[in-house]
Amino acid sequence: MDNVDKNILEILEQDARTKPDEIAKLTGISGEEIQEKIKRFEQAGIIRKYKTIVDWDVAGEDYVYAIIELKVTLQRRQGYQVIAERLYKFDEVRSVRLISGDHDISLTVRGKSMKQVAFFVAEKIATLENIQSTSTHFVLKTYKEDGVILSETEQVKRLPITP
Amino acid sequence: MLNNCDPSRFLASKLENVPPSGIRRFFDLVSDIDDVVSLGVGEPDFHTPWHIREACIHAIEEGETSYTSNFGLKELREEISNLYLLRHSTHYNPENEVLITTGVSEALDIAIRTIVNPGDEIIIVEPSYVAYTPSVIFSGGTPVPVKTHVENNFKLVPEDLRSAISDKTKAIILNYPNNPTGAAMGKKELELIADIVEENDLLVISDEIYECLTYNKKHTCFATLEGMKERTILLNGFSKAYSMTGFRVAYALAPPELINAMMLIHQYTMLCAPTIAQIGAIEALKYGNSSMDKMVREYDRRRRLIVNGFNDIGLSCFEPEGAFYAFPSVRSTGLTSEHFAEKLLNEQKVATVPGDVFGESGEGFLRCSYAASTENIKIALERIEQFISDLE
Ligand SMILES: Cc1ncc(COP(=O)(O)O)c(C=O)c1O
Repeated sequence: MDNVDKNILEILEQDARTKPDEIAKLTGISGEEIQEKIKRFEQAGIIRKYKTIVDWDVAGEDYVYAIIELKVTLQRRQGYQVIAERLYKFDEVRSVRLISGDHDISLTVRGKSMKQVAFFVAEKIATLENIQSTSTHFVLKTYKEDGVILSETEQVKRLPITP
Repeated sequence: MLNNCDPSRFLASKLENVPPSGIRRFFDLVSDIDDVVSLGVGEPDFHTPWHIREACIHAIEEGETSYTSNFGLKELREEISNLYLLRHSTHYNPENEVLITTGVSEALDIAIRTIVNPGDEIIIVEPSYVAYTPSVIFSGGTPVPVKTHVENNFKLVPEDLRSAISDKTKAIILNYPNNPTGAAMGKKELELIADIVEENDLLVISDEIYECLTYNKKHTCFATLEGMKERTILLNGFSKAYSMTGFRVAYALAPPELINAMMLIHQYTMLCAPTIAQIGAIEALKYGNSSMDKMVREYDRRRRLIVNGFNDIGLSCFEPEGAFYAFPSVRSTGLTSEHFAEKLLNEQKVATVPGDVFGESGEGFLRCSYAASTENIKIALERIEQFISDLE
């Protein structure tokens, strides 16, 4: 990965809507070349997806998030991948991670209410064959999401003119 | 009868030779206007990386709040010594060739005071950082300007330097990468300067505070040129590279005789650089490189945006190779720097610094800092374009 590639990815990571022409201005490479590079990043899976970070609290939509930790029992000829697949197919499941420590897998689940999330976990997750136990933590407030600090207004502290 | 009410009769007469700061004047102008987009700031717009701030908070909690050695924390001096060994293959002994100071500002002041006798001439390459000339005057020396020009990308031309040298010349202050022009000088170009320095037995104060902010070019440390280490006081610091302006920490590297003499002043006037800032500096050197690299890449992108932007608008702008300043020419508009900058501020609310603030040869140019968000640079460029079309 050279410096130009890194630059393109950093720009898109900050603002996925930045147009190829604009990236061209920032990096000194032609717009067509940028477009080609981005296509290659997409094909190689370096760029997975473009998405928007929404602060649903501010939008007034009361989503409920929960982190669910799972202990699983592995079965013969069946690794974690198979279990993960069962889990990530649910729309309610926003992320699935294999973790070290007391539990094996960590999920984030989104629902309309605590009740809905609780039912989902009880009915769909806890009842899966390989799940030994679940431990549900409801999220009370999100301060930072994917590197973005939510609901913080930056104050300019620099003086407007300095030597 | 003396007018006993006027306290200014107590002032030293040498202060009269220091003109009021042009930066200060512009600052006052800007302060009266709302919604200004500023390209006038000579400091990074990034926060100090959190791990550095956190290390300082921790140090305060741990009670590391006493004085340090006059030279500065040994660990910091050792880190700096290692850095120069790794980066420039040159050795400075942390025991007696490294002095931690309260910013390059202090290092500059004591370096000049250490070497200047009354009447000594100090050559200053213009356009120059605003502190050099006053510092020379404060210490009783005579500043002698050497102009640089846009035709040479604001690099110092050997013949110009030669013609400024007299038998009173003691030293020359170099600053590459440069504030305000963004110019940088390569090894070959600096070697020609070094030859003249040697021929005339001069000392060099090399302010390399922007060393880490160079783009597509490897920085040449002046002291590493043949024969120069013995006659160079090297100044560098943490303000620009690590976004640590408010911490006030920097360093001077020089032969033991010179560091000792600087120490003499430093120990009585400053005692030591702020302890917490020194701890932050250690953290920066040990773990700060990836955040610095990221900031440098971001500056580089903004540099392209602003330089191309100016050229597109019709304000010709040479390509700066370091620091975070663009120095476009406003000559095509027929306005002086000051007139342009003031009118631009009033009509379009964009703050810049007129080039003549940095010396006569800065006339006709504006210093525009790209230590500003891409968003603000774009807005500023649009407003400047509007301003120019209104002029016509
Ligand atoms: C060329 C130059 N030297 C020195 C300084 C002062 O640096 P410090 O914050 O280390 O005192 C600055 C700051 O603007 C500068 O631009």
